[in-house]
Formats: sequence, structure tokens, C-alpha cells
Amino acid sequence: MAAGIRDKVAILGMGCSKFGERWDAGPDELMVEAYLEAMGDAGIEPGQLDAAWFSTHVDEFGTGKGGTPLSMALRLPNIAVTRVENFCASGSDAFRGAVYAVAAGAADIALAVGVEKLKDTGYGGLPVGNAGTLNPQVAPNGSAPGNFAQLASAYRDKHGVSREDLKRAIAHVSVKSHANGAKNPKAHLQKAVTEEQVMNAPMIAEPLGLFDCCGVSDGAAAAIVTTPEIARSLGKQDLVTVKALQLSVSNGFESQFNAWDGSYFHTARIAAKKAYREAGVTDPRRQISMMEVHDCFSITELVTMEDLFISEEGKGWRDVLDGFYDADGGVPCQIDGGLKCFGHPIGASGLRMLYEMYLQLQGRAGPRQLANPVLGMTHNLGGGPSVNVCSVAIVGREGA
Amino acid sequence: MTTVGLSAWGAYVPRLRLQRKAVTAANAWIAPNLAGKSKGERAMANWDEDALTMAVEAARDALGPDDDRSHVDAVYFASTTAPFADRLNAGVVSAALALERSASSADITGSQRAGLTALAQALSSVKAGAARHALVTAGEHRRARAASALELDNGDAAAAFVVSGEETVADFLGHGALTADFVDHFRGSDSEFDYGWEERWIRDEGIIKLVPPAIHDALKAAGITGEQVTHFCFPSTFAGMAANLARVCGLPAASVRDNLAAMAGEAGSAHALVMLAHALEEAKAGDIILAAQFGQGAEALVFRVTERIATQRPARGVTGSLADRKEESNYLKFLFFNDLVQWDKGMRAEKDNKTALTTLYRNSDMILGLVGGRCTETGVVQFPRTRISVSPNKSTVDTQEPYRFAERKARVLTWSADYLTFAMAPPNHYGMVDFEGGGRIFMDITDVEPGDVDTGLAVRMVFRIKEVDERRGFKRYFWKATPDRSA
Repeated sequence: MAAGIRDKVAILGMGCSKFGERWDAGPDELMVEAYLEAMGDAGIEPGQLDAAWFSTHVDEFGTGKGGTPLSMALRLPNIAVTRVENFCASGSDAFRGAVYAVAAGAADIALAVGVEKLKDTGYGGLPVGNAGTLNPQVAPNGSAPGNFAQLASAYRDKHGVSREDLKRAIAHVSVKSHANGAKNPKAHLQKAVTEEQVMNAPMIAEPLGLFDCCGVSDGAAAAIVTTPEIARSLGKQDLVTVKALQLSVSNGFESQFNAWDGSYFHTARIAAKKAYREAGVTDPRRQISMMEVHDCFSITELVTMEDLFISEEGKGWRDVLDGFYDADGGVPCQIDGGLKCFGHPIGASGLRMLYEMYLQLQGRAGPRQLANPVLGMTHNLGGGPSVNVCSVAIVGREGA
Repeated sequence: MTTVGLSAWGAYVPRLRLQRKAVTAANAWIAPNLAGKSKGERAMANWDEDALTMAVEAARDALGPDDDRSHVDAVYFASTTAPFADRLNAGVVSAALALERSASSADITGSQRAGLTALAQALSSVKAGAARHALVTAGEHRRARAASALELDNGDAAAAFVVSGEETVADFLGHGALTADFVDHFRGSDSEFDYGWEERWIRDEGIIKLVPPAIHDALKAAGITGEQVTHFCFPSTFAGMAANLARVCGLPAASVRDNLAAMAGEAGSAHALVMLAHALEEAKAGDIILAAQFGQGAEALVFRVTERIATQRPARGVTGSLADRKEESNYLKFLFFNDLVQWDKGMRAEKDNKTALTTLYRNSDMILGLVGGRCTETGVVQFPRTRISVSPNKSTVDTQEPYRFAERKARVLTWSADYLTFAMAPPNHYGMVDFEGGGRIFMDITDVEPGDVDTGLAVRMVFRIKEVDERRGFKRYFWKATPDRSA
């Protein structure tokens, strides 16, 4: 087995734009906002960047294809820019590209930027489009919430959880994230909500109501990575290093073979196991200090708690209701507010998750700061329950 | 002389039944004259049904659940409301039923008697030895202007027959036809709706003069007299019309069959076949059935029911179709489904539904026939068929043989009811469907309302409209799951 990425690469700087309905900004302005913060944090000049990875998902309404949108917006010094698109996990995959370039010695310093401009469509929710020419002729006529809501039906059935109990548990997922997001000035939604509000919100896709769905917003996030040695040579101390970067991609097992029961993410379990092995984590429920997971919908977050082996299978909904994932719980989750409050500018979200982990590990998270975090995990999922790509990354203090 | 006849039949009536009083009440302010048509209900196609999908369902009922349909060597599709003016509609039927490509096929259209014309053609063809097992399927989904009488009289339905020289339930005895350019109504090639003439003229100068000669010729060819007819199937929306004809033609008054106006309405060119199918379901050996329909003249066919009628029946038929009903009192829904009002579909409906015809053809057995694959080494069944098997235990290469899912029973593994996506009948239900014998498909679930779907629900497959490309006038078809209400 490969030696893995653990402690080979350090985060030199990060940036994150204000997320939200950015009527004032196009994708270029969002990228610049995140980039300038990251460059200021890193303390380097553009000429020191060797290569860049650029993630954006929606071609039709968004930023554009190829590497040029990033290079043009940031006026990069004609370095390599690779555009990465891997559904909603695009941001994490851009980070992975930059980290691997540094680990390989192909670049001393590499940049990853993710952006999405979703609010130029004229309507709420994600843009609708076609995936190729065959898929639209056979795939159900659905939406992202309808796709992820499938989990709830299977989870209830498999674990014998009543509709009412599960609805209340996923409501708490959102109540917790809103409470966290209320403390984050960069979040799109900064208002706390009550369980009653969540439970009584208009239905979007049975059983998911409005507050079970993450926001739709514009935003960008950026990371600059290098080797620990170069980071130290640039005067950095108390480094945040990469412990694990795993990506697992569906191959049809879930959607075309009759073994998967629809209640969990097959890829997430694979990516999590590999990530723990890569990071040397043996007891994640105790060793992981905090998490940012892909809470595109409340039910996604709930089953992910089990897929990441933090909660026992079938017990995640009880841990949620017990407050285990609240800010003062055993493993705080979505401490920045999550997709729930940041919204989900697709290409940016994976990097936005890492941004919060990075701030927390450096003790720079302001009113959201957790006590002495050591390892932070991000989980970034693209696609739907039956066909998806799942990224699990772990970052932490150097040597941890 | 070779004996040919009907060896199987099937029918389909959409589940929704629009209550006529809901229509007349809504239109009372503008069309109080229609109050007399308030009785009963008419069959109403769901938004994703048309003449073609209904004809496919009727044909499946006639052919039964056996995957082997290789005996069918000719296909006739009859309708005046076929979705395509230039694309062989019978070709879509053939693909949906996964018939052999060597089967001949034809669309029969142009008149309200097209269903019987198709049946007569099939009988001639089999009799002449040009075909051995001909499938005749007729479907009709007539659109009519709001507040018209036709809107209340019509009903959407389909019927199908297999014509052959073997194992007949009804032997063909004789045929009569008359052609006259009597224009009771017409619909120009570029027109959306029918334009009709005065009822009294149609009745007294048309039907009562033009139909009897065809009936007379059919009886004569059959070598029987009018008194011997046990079942007289004659569609007409005019009160007492069939009884009048029976009197004129010397048929017993008791032979006049219910035209199903009260529970289904009249399915245009498919209706004589619907009534013929219904007659078979109530007939006994030795009965004589006379089916005739008016339309620029008339067509008449005579059959004698055989002993096989006691044992050979379709799973659903007209009787089963009529029993599987759901009352619909929302007239506006009917107008929306039939594209009779301009309504705000929202921006999500702006998605371009252009169909790549290359992709459609390359995958036609998958898309239209719901054919997947079965690995000849591992037995693993999957959809779609792929070069490399999906089995996680053994990814065999190029080992898959075609495997048909359309007639397999299935159950819902996961589901949701989606209020966000654009849907003609929100919320759109869809989910992962697991098939008995293996395989699964993430697919739309149709003919359901909130509360109807749950995990474990038994479902069956139905051939439906997937999307309508309004910009280019194309329709996509695919299969959907629907509750197996017989389970």
C-alpha cells in the first residue's frame, strides 16, 4: 500500500469569500476575494505559485470551462491551471490536485480555488440541465432534494425508525447548523431556527422540508499548499498539515446491483476507512476533533455520521438528537454552519469546509472557536445516494 | 378454406375517470346546453399517456407476460391521434414490445373506423398466409375544445388483438365495407381540433344509410342471418343509434351492446375494438359477434366465439380496466393534461428536452424495450446491459445476453415525492425499484398520489411518455413503475 499523504504537505494560507446571494459579484470577483485573503494569509507573491487547480461545476450558468477563467481573473503568471469538475466534490478534488503536486515535488507551492456563481439563473435551487444524451432519456425526472430524500425512506425501513422520529432527528441536524451559522459572518444564513420551524416548513421532497435543504448561494474559497519545510522557511509555525485525502467513486454497485439497500453511502464508507488508515486514526469517535460534512440535506448529514463510523449504524439519529454533533457535543459538526448556512456554491464547498478546519486548528475561528482541536475531517459528496463521488479529507496539527 | 380468427385480446383504459358533472358544472355559465351530458364518467389519460402508450399497454395485455413474442410477425397500429404524423408509430409499439425486427408493421389511420380496418387487414393478411400471428392494437386520445360536447363524449382507451389461424377464441366469419366521402366531421392535417356537421344529418343521411350495407355484406359473407347475432358492437354517441341500426338490419334488440359511454366514453377509432374485446369477455362459445363502426362509410366484421373462450382471457381486459378506476373531479387538471390552457410552468420547465436520435436508436432496446442484460457466467441481471458486468464479485466482460424487465414484478426500495422538480402531476414520485429475479432501476413512478408509495410497494412496469419536447414536437418514451394494484 502507498505510504499516503500524511504530513507531507502543509496549508500555507486559505481564503473564503462571503457566501450568499452575491448580486454584487460575478465569479471573477468571488475568486479574487478568496484568493487575495489566501495570498495575504500565506504571505507570498503570485510569482511564487507553481501551479493551480480550479474547481467549478456548472458550465451553463457559471464560470466557464477550462483553466482560463481562474488565470484571467487572478492574472496568474501563465502557470499551469487545471480545471477540476467532480460534481459537488469538485472543491475537494481541486485541493487534492494541488496537494499531490506538492507531494510529488512537481510544485513547491500550489493553489486551489473553487467557485460557483449559482444566483444568475433566475430561480431558487440548483440549475437544471442534462447529463449527456442517454441519461435524460431514462433517468427519473427529479431534483437534488428528491434524490437525497430517497435515503430517508430506506433508513426508516432498515432501522425501524418512525417517520416522526426521523423527521425530528433531521430537524435537529438543521437546528444545530443554524445555531452555528448564526456566529459566522461569512455564512449566507445567519439566523437560528427552532425545531418547530424546521418541522413545519413547506415540503420540498418528502420528507425533506425547506429547512432540511441547504441554501443556494454564490461563493469562492481558496487554499495554498506547500511542503512543511518551505512553510517553515517562510516563517510559518504551528503548521496545519494534510493527514489524509481519499476519494471513492461509484461504479454501479449501488444503482445496478442488488446488494445496496439505499440507506447509506457505499463510497463514503470506503473513503472513510481509507482516510483513517492514511491518517493513522483508529478510533474516529474519539480522535476526530471536529467535522465539516456534506450536509446538502439534513438526511445526508445524518446517515453520513454512520458512514464515517462516528455513530454506530442505525444509531446516528439518536446521537443527533442527543446533541453529540452540536457545538458542545462529542464531535462538533458543521461548526461554521455547514452547507446548511453557507449554501452550496458547488465548486467552492469542499475548500470552504477545509477553511473552517484550518481556522479552528489555528485558533482563529472567533466566537465559534472550539477548545484545542487536533484533527479536523471534511466529507464532500457529489452526485446522489446511488451514484456519487465521495471525498474524505483529514487535516490536523503537524505531528498529530 | 383456412380458418382464421382472434387468438388473444387485451385492453387498456386509463385509471383516471373524469366526472362529467364536474365538467358541465364548470362550463354551465357558457354552455348550459351540455347539462344533459352530466351523467357518468369518461376515461382520462394521465399526462404521460397517449394513443401510443395506451396501445402498447393493450398489446401487452393481449400478448401476456411471456418474454417470448417471436411468433408475432405483423403489427398494425390504428389511431387518428397517433403522436407522430411521420414516424412509424407501429415501429414504436414494436420496439416497446421488443418484437422481432423482421415483423412487418403499419399505421392505419384517417377515419373513425381505422381500428376495424386494421383488424380486417390483419385478418386478410393471415388468411392469405402473409402473416401467421398479427398484432392489431388501437389507441385513441382525442383532444376537443373546452366546453364542447365532444369533450364529454370522448374517452381515452385502447384495445388489442392477436389474429392467427391457431388457438382462436373467435373465428372470423365475414367482412363488409362501404366507402363514401361523407364528412360528418374532419380534422385537417394542420388543425388541432375536429370540425363537425349537424347531428341529424349524420344520423339520418349518414349512419342509417351507410352502415347497413356494410353489415349486410358482412353477414352475407359470414353466411348467417341478422337474427343469429348475439353481440352487436356499434359505437355511437347518438342516443339509441345502435338500437336503430339493429332494427334496420334485423338484429335482435338484445344483441345491442352497451357502448360504455357511462363509464369510459368513446375512444374514437379504437372504440369498436374496445367493445369487441368487452363482448368477448362476456361471450360464450357459439355466440356471434358483429362489430361495426362508421367513418366515411363503414366497416363490419363478424366472428363466432369458440370453446376456448372459457379458458383464455387476458389478465386485465376491458372488464379489469374499467374496475381499476380513480374518480377525478378536477376539470382543470383535465384541461392542463390536454394542453388546453396556457399555464405557468416555471423556469424549471425550460430545460431543453431535445432528444439525440442517434442515442435513442443506439439504445432503443434499452429505452423503448426496457431490455437489460444477464451475465451468462454469473447469472447476474442488470440494467442497462454493459460490456463489463456490474457484479462486484466477478466483472466478466462481454458475457451479457439481452434480458427483458418489462414484464418482471418489482418492489420499491427507496422513494420520494418531489415538489421541486417540474412535473405535470406534482409531486413527482420516483425511486429505486428492485426486480424479482434481479436488477434494479432508478425510475419515475406514475399514477400515484401522496400516500400511495412506500418502501416495499409492489409495482409493475408501464410504457409512458417520459418528456415532451414542445419546441421540436418530439415525444420521449420510457418505462415507469406503477403500483401493482392486482398484487
